[in-house]
Amino acid sequence: MAIPQRYERIVCIALLLGMWELVSAAGLVNPVLIPPPHRIVQAMLELLLNGLPAGKLLHRHCLESLLRVAAGFAAALAAGLPLGLALGRSARLRTLCTPLIEIVRPIPPLAWIPLAILWFGIGLQSAAFIIFLGCFFPIVLNTVTGVLTVDAILIDAARVCGADDRRIFTRVLLPAAWPSVCTGMRIGLGIGWMTLVAAEFTGVKSGYGLGYMIMTARDIQRPDYVLAGMALIGVVGFLLDMLLQALQQRVIATREPRAV
Amino acid sequence: MTLHISSLHKSFAKGVATGTVNVLSDISLSIDAGSFVSIIGPSGCGKSTLLRLIAGLARPTSGTIQLDGELISGVSEKTGFVFQSYALFPWLTVVDNIAFPLAMKNVPKAQRRAQAMEYVGRFGLSGFERSYPVELSGGMQQRVAIARSLIDNAEVLLMDEPFGALDSQTRSCMQQFLLEVWRQTCCTILLITHNIDEAVYLGQRVICLTQRPARVGDDIPVEVPYPRDVTSDEFNVYRRRILRFLDREHSAAPGGNPSC
Repeated sequence: MAIPQRYERIVCIALLLGMWELVSAAGLVNPVLIPPPHRIVQAMLELLLNGLPAGKLLHRHCLESLLRVAAGFAAALAAGLPLGLALGRSARLRTLCTPLIEIVRPIPPLAWIPLAILWFGIGLQSAAFIIFLGCFFPIVLNTVTGVLTVDAILIDAARVCGADDRRIFTRVLLPAAWPSVCTGMRIGLGIGWMTLVAAEFTGVKSGYGLGYMIMTARDIQRPDYVLAGMALIGVVGFLLDMLLQALQQRVIATREPRAV
Repeated sequence: MTLHISSLHKSFAKGVATGTVNVLSDISLSIDAGSFVSIIGPSGCGKSTLLRLIAGLARPTSGTIQLDGELISGVSEKTGFVFQSYALFPWLTVVDNIAFPLAMKNVPKAQRRAQAMEYVGRFGLSGFERSYPVELSGGMQQRVAIARSLIDNAEVLLMDEPFGALDSQTRSCMQQFLLEVWRQTCCTILLITHNIDEAVYLGQRVICLTQRPARVGDDIPVEVPYPRDVTSDEFNVYRRRILRFLDREHSAAPGGNPSC
């Protein structure tokens, strides 16, 4: 049986879900602890229509989470991109800043939660701060790498073409470093998205958020709701990454073989 | 554009302990407007450094370079530069690469496109104007690079082993092409090469640089009319003279080490 190529990418997922359903139907696992896929779909519909806690609908949970990530990610990009470009250009600045960056970087964003709550209270700001920490370092480090790996001959070429320092920055360094910057954004957004859900475990003010919803489902002992929330987190994370990949290819069509 | 180089020295700081490396030592040259000069010398002797100094990409340690009586103190729009590795911007199309120097002078987009398209036609790149460098053959990429160096009406074309990365057939085709460009534009060409045949085939004059620190070791006028026959006896006389010079230089390598 030949599968049209465009459907090939879903083969593995379909097979896994099918086996899961069969194992469940055969009574080999406890359907309460490991609900079959159709139960998860059903749970998702219930979350969408009735909400959890009652009235707090799934799409609002998702939107609130996305808003927090967008805020943190935007801040990380606004701070990380210029810093990365500057660090990439100045060896002196790199020597000065690298130890600081490398000491702060291994601290898990979640370890900042107590301080974040003290500083910003529970709400968008502290969640955004945690996301910021998750996104910031991959963006900075990949931007630095991007700038450092720009072929020096391209800078010379631009210079003999009459480019001044500002133009070399905008017309050469930025586009040349762009694939690497995008890789940083993808990794950063991925980490940020993971971090967010965990950050919401500690509480949210508005009563919305996918992580918060999952904790509520745990409290009322509904693994199907937990899994529905997890599945949505996975799918949304996947879509976010696809969005950034599209951006990577769209904004500057670097036709070099991309190493991603 | 007459080029005057007088007592040019260039040294680089190597390290605190090892001091400086003298690359160029007392080079004086006078190059007539519209002439074609080949520069040849042992590997690593400082040929590229000489060209970078003339282009204004680096500053001499002492000595002066004058273009029509004007001291070169930075990149001049009167000089164009062609790199061995083409140094095209991979994220720009052929047209945008060629038009890059005009973009640096804020020439309106339509006008610089039109000017670049003229070169596309003349340089045999028709049909590839929207292609990206990576989609072109080496010879075509180098033609784009030459077009880019000429579009801003450069009067001196500095070429740093421009055909070194090409296979021998493409290379000889590009040599013909370059002679044609030279005939049409009447610009002064300084071409660095490792290849004795290329130096004699193209240049009206072959300047031989010595082992580092480079001096002018020999300055050979090639009094053979174009088009030249590489198999002729007189061609061989020049080849032999340069070959002997290079052999002597190689055996005189510092410390008696073979420089290859």
